[in-house]
Amino acid sequence: MKHSKLKRQEIFAFYTFISPWLIGFILFTGGPIVASLYFSLTNYTVLSKPEFIGFGNYLSLFKDPLFWTSLYNTAYYAVFFIPLGILMAFGLSILLNQRVKGLAVYRTVYYLPSIVPAVANAILWIWLLNPQWGLINTILKLVGIEGPGWLTSEKWAKPGLILMSLWGVGSWIIIYLAGLQGVPEQLYEAAEVDGATKLQRFLYITIPLMTPTIFFTLITGLIGAFQVFTQAYIMTNGGPVNSTLFYALYLFRNAFNYLKMGYASSMAWILFLIVLILTLIQFKLAQKWVFYE
Amino acid sequence: MNKNTRLFLDNMVRHLFLAFIGVFFILPLLWMISTSLKANRQIFVFPPQWIPNPVIWRNYPDVFDYAPFLLYFKNTMVIEIACIIGVFLSCSLVAYGFARLDAPGKNFLFILMLSTMMLPYQVWMIPLYVLFTKIGWVNTFYPLTIPAFFGNALYIFLLRQFFMTIPKELEDAARIDGCSYFRIYWQIILPLTKPALATVVIFTFMGVWNDFLGPLLYLQDPEKYTLAIGLQVFLTQHGADWGLLMAASTMVVLPIIVIFFFTQKQFIQGIVLTGLKG
Repeated sequence: MKHSKLKRQEIFAFYTFISPWLIGFILFTGGPIVASLYFSLTNYTVLSKPEFIGFGNYLSLFKDPLFWTSLYNTAYYAVFFIPLGILMAFGLSILLNQRVKGLAVYRTVYYLPSIVPAVANAILWIWLLNPQWGLINTILKLVGIEGPGWLTSEKWAKPGLILMSLWGVGSWIIIYLAGLQGVPEQLYEAAEVDGATKLQRFLYITIPLMTPTIFFTLITGLIGAFQVFTQAYIMTNGGPVNSTLFYALYLFRNAFNYLKMGYASSMAWILFLIVLILTLIQFKLAQKWVFYE
Repeated sequence: MNKNTRLFLDNMVRHLFLAFIGVFFILPLLWMISTSLKANRQIFVFPPQWIPNPVIWRNYPDVFDYAPFLLYFKNTMVIEIACIIGVFLSCSLVAYGFARLDAPGKNFLFILMLSTMMLPYQVWMIPLYVLFTKIGWVNTFYPLTIPAFFGNALYIFLLRQFFMTIPKELEDAARIDGCSYFRIYWQIILPLTKPALATVVIFTFMGVWNDFLGPLLYLQDPEKYTLAIGLQVFLTQHGADWGLLMAASTMVVLPIIVIFFFTQKQFIQGIVLTGLKG
């Protein structure tokens, strides 16, 4: 196909403009992805040359009890955090969307925790969750409840970290608020004229129009759950008794503490497959319940 | 009960509820500041001293005596500046290409770029570490700064969405007058999209300030630590000294909160835009 001189100029310009990303993609993303797939089929340890072992890593992973523990912990986190986070964000954004005075103040207050830098946040929450002197158990004690040991307890460490994540749910509140503000006012007015009650308007207008937002937070929440790392690394280092050994943390340990780069790469690819499959299932289900205009 | 009273009561209940929840969101931050202003004998008491009495400022200077936080701050700022320049230039250039220029393969490349946003970073983390080790970049700032000069999919996408909203007639006129694509980008597009660029700069700043995994992997020499990694090491050394730890944390949190208050609009806009991409 022949292009005119002007068109050729434009093509050249396009590739020049996007060249930073294109080069970066090859060097820092695409290339490493291919290499990672190869590593996952070897017993690479940095110290020795990679030796091809086929699906050996994957087979050992399925027999590795800690792999299953880390999957269980991650699933536990996702199953509790995502629905609770969605309920909180949706609920608070509905309250905020009702033309209350001082909206900006409330919005700031709810959002502020989510911008606290991860390490400072982790240190703050070790202190808040301190069994004896922390804020949470202090408040519980003031209302007559003996608080649990949180991060020192096998049973309560995960709920503690989930509580911490719920505190940082502010960006979801903002996304839900924007979604609510995008619902056309006329729809409510028309429904009101037709005699729909408040509850009916919520069930048949608000919820259907908010399903894309719910879907979005569901997907990003899921991907986020598999990346939970900093909190677990700093606050509990996987303990007590591996109760907070999340997937990303176990992967990191294999790669950088035990230098099992091949093994860790195969974990990364299983992670990729899990995320991909869950996302595809979500998209498939979404056709049934997500409403697009 | 007449309608006005009911409305008033409705509003009251709503405010009470919003404020009650708000207390739970803000209390941990106030507790952090309060703890940072106490001596140990005020920290370990029940019932708690909500407001320190007397206020003890000593923890703040003590932080600097125990660890070189000014050096950590300087290191962080060096990385910040490099990353902000890198992200600003590379992302806006690439976004302009995707928003305005047409060429074979463009759609494919665009979808390729978007799909990298869905990938977990672990998939490329290990080979990248091996690469940076091989070329001797470990224990330098390069692994934390150089990639910024090669674009970031999320910010490119965000800027592209903005560039597309600018009427094309402006550029067409400039093209007819013989203006180069680069001049259009530099003199028309960039000045017209300052709010979007500001959003990207703020998010980049936050990203670098927060980054823990990057410095954890690549910085070994304590002289090179950033605030994030310095703070974590500080925790391992002063594990039970909560006044000291909260003072250090407060100092790391405060700049972010100040920036947030001055740039709230860009912040909110950025979250909404990146949030609605799905």
